[in-house]
Amino acid sequence: MRRNRPDRHAFGLATITWLYVLWSLVPVLVAMRISFNSGKSRSAFQSPSWRWYFTDPAQSVWHDDTLVQPLKNTLKLAALSMLFATPIGVAMAIGLQRWRGRLSKASNALMLFPLVTPEIVMGVALFLVFTQVYTGVPRGFTTQLLGHITLSISYVVVIVRGRLAAIGPQYEEAARDLGANRLQAMRLVLLPLLGPAIFASVMVVFAGSIDDFVISQFLSTGASSETVPMKIYSGGRATATPALNALATIMLVITLVVVGSAALVMHRMRARQGGGEDAQLGNLAVVGQPANTRIASGGR
Amino acid sequence: VANAAGAAPGGHRNGFWGVLSLPGVAWLMALFVVPFYAVAAVAFGRVDPILRTADPVWSPLSWNFSAMGNVLDRVFDPNDLGAVVIRTLAYVGSALALCCLVGYPVAYYVARHASRWRGVLLAALVLPFWISYLMRMLAWVNLLQVDGYFNRLLGWMHLGGSRNWLDGDWPTVVIGLAYGYIPFFILPLYAALERLDKRLIEAGRDLGASPARVFQRVTLPLSVPGLMAASVITVLPMFGDYYTNSFLTSGSPRTEMLGNQIEFYLRGTSQPQTGASLVLILSAMLLVLMTYYLVVTVRAQRAVAT
Repeated sequence: MRRNRPDRHAFGLATITWLYVLWSLVPVLVAMRISFNSGKSRSAFQSPSWRWYFTDPAQSVWHDDTLVQPLKNTLKLAALSMLFATPIGVAMAIGLQRWRGRLSKASNALMLFPLVTPEIVMGVALFLVFTQVYTGVPRGFTTQLLGHITLSISYVVVIVRGRLAAIGPQYEEAARDLGANRLQAMRLVLLPLLGPAIFASVMVVFAGSIDDFVISQFLSTGASSETVPMKIYSGGRATATPALNALATIMLVITLVVVGSAALVMHRMRARQGGGEDAQLGNLAVVGQPANTRIASGGR
Repeated sequence: VANAAGAAPGGHRNGFWGVLSLPGVAWLMALFVVPFYAVAAVAFGRVDPILRTADPVWSPLSWNFSAMGNVLDRVFDPNDLGAVVIRTLAYVGSALALCCLVGYPVAYYVARHASRWRGVLLAALVLPFWISYLMRMLAWVNLLQVDGYFNRLLGWMHLGGSRNWLDGDWPTVVIGLAYGYIPFFILPLYAALERLDKRLIEAGRDLGASPARVFQRVTLPLSVPGLMAASVITVLPMFGDYYTNSFLTSGSPRTEMLGNQIEFYLRGTSQPQTGASLVLILSAMLLVLMTYYLVVTVRAQRAVAT
């Protein structure tokens, strides 16, 4: 009966929540709109145009190499990070989940540390190690890639481990009983079951790499290894044109398309596996939450 | 039983699983542990007398702590780096307070009240994670220009509207930090509140407590662990932030934080030793928070495994 009374404070809470949603998203929408400005102003919208995307012969994203280069660098870094961090992370997740002993505990702690280390500490550490110790590694793109992979591995491990704990050993045991050897059981049974989690971690690596600013900046050697966040940072403080907004908008659209289609594919995979457990919410949570907030909220 | 859930099928060959985690472990040793050791080796090392470049010392036996001593003196000197440390603490503290003030009601509402709109609201809470942090800051740089929409809004409400907000004002930085990191605060808190045992709250109501009292005596105490985890995960990156304040104030020295000093000494000048010492001091400051977070995480892992 109490429940039927619409709580007055729930109305207040709803107001705060919707105001928060507006506060968090409207500025970005305004920035996107400014990217379609016909004039040079980045504070006031005049009339719509594609000027800063293609039509301006010198300053549009399409024609300005100092904007295209960061876009290429960012996408290359993200793609290669996914390619390297995912297999290393998946293997490490399976290993750590089952390996028993003192060394395994230490390895587990080692794996968790990058998640809580402020990026500036990691950025400085990598900067110093590449200038003082691993001096043979070509500075710039290569060191940035190594840094992004280091940052990403732990996210993959945490996401995949969460799924491993949920699957349990039964399926593999069944496969072994039916005559599969360990590797076959892993390849034919475990990896397909891990599919959605692997997919989710690939997306998190992608987003993490694209968004990374600190490590990219500390390991960059100048214009040739500039990334989109670095470009936004250096351009936004100086006198920039709306082309900078156009660049940011392009990046955002790419991210949303990639993540959106990934969420769709994952939904299909889950549906085919028939593991209807919290499918809708699970997708959102897995794709949506970077691993550190996932473990902050209790590991699953 | 504790072993059963995660244990290896046919688990007596433990070594196999160790080998499987080896690439990851080796990677993190080479590119996480060694680099961190390099920071110490530079901080406690020597400086080339002519080139003024860092000359790291690898053996802890011959470490020299005088440079660190100097930096520590400066950190405790309120006319020197002490001011920066206090400012950093004040900014991070205020931004965290803002996160709690705005984030708790939002997380609470979405977790416990929003029924019809829950999916939409969840998507809205998740969306900022997929928008580049610096794009979100760029959006504010656009809005806060002297002739920008924010000033026009103020002018329309007859509240002034000609101020340059990007000129090194601390409120801009604090609100900017809160804006940047609040998604990291809300989502874990939401997950924690969503798992709260409803029966305890209902019991409170059934025993005659008013909603306010139930909140104060039941809900709030139960959400402390979630609040702690959310706060730690928000505060850790904020302490190392140097780009939000610099981006929102065009690099004004009046809003410099510890991260700016670290960046300055490492990238701006040739005093990597001072920068490395500051990184160690920052890490020491944050060690308690990091440890807390790791312990909570390992416990959660174990809870899932059993």
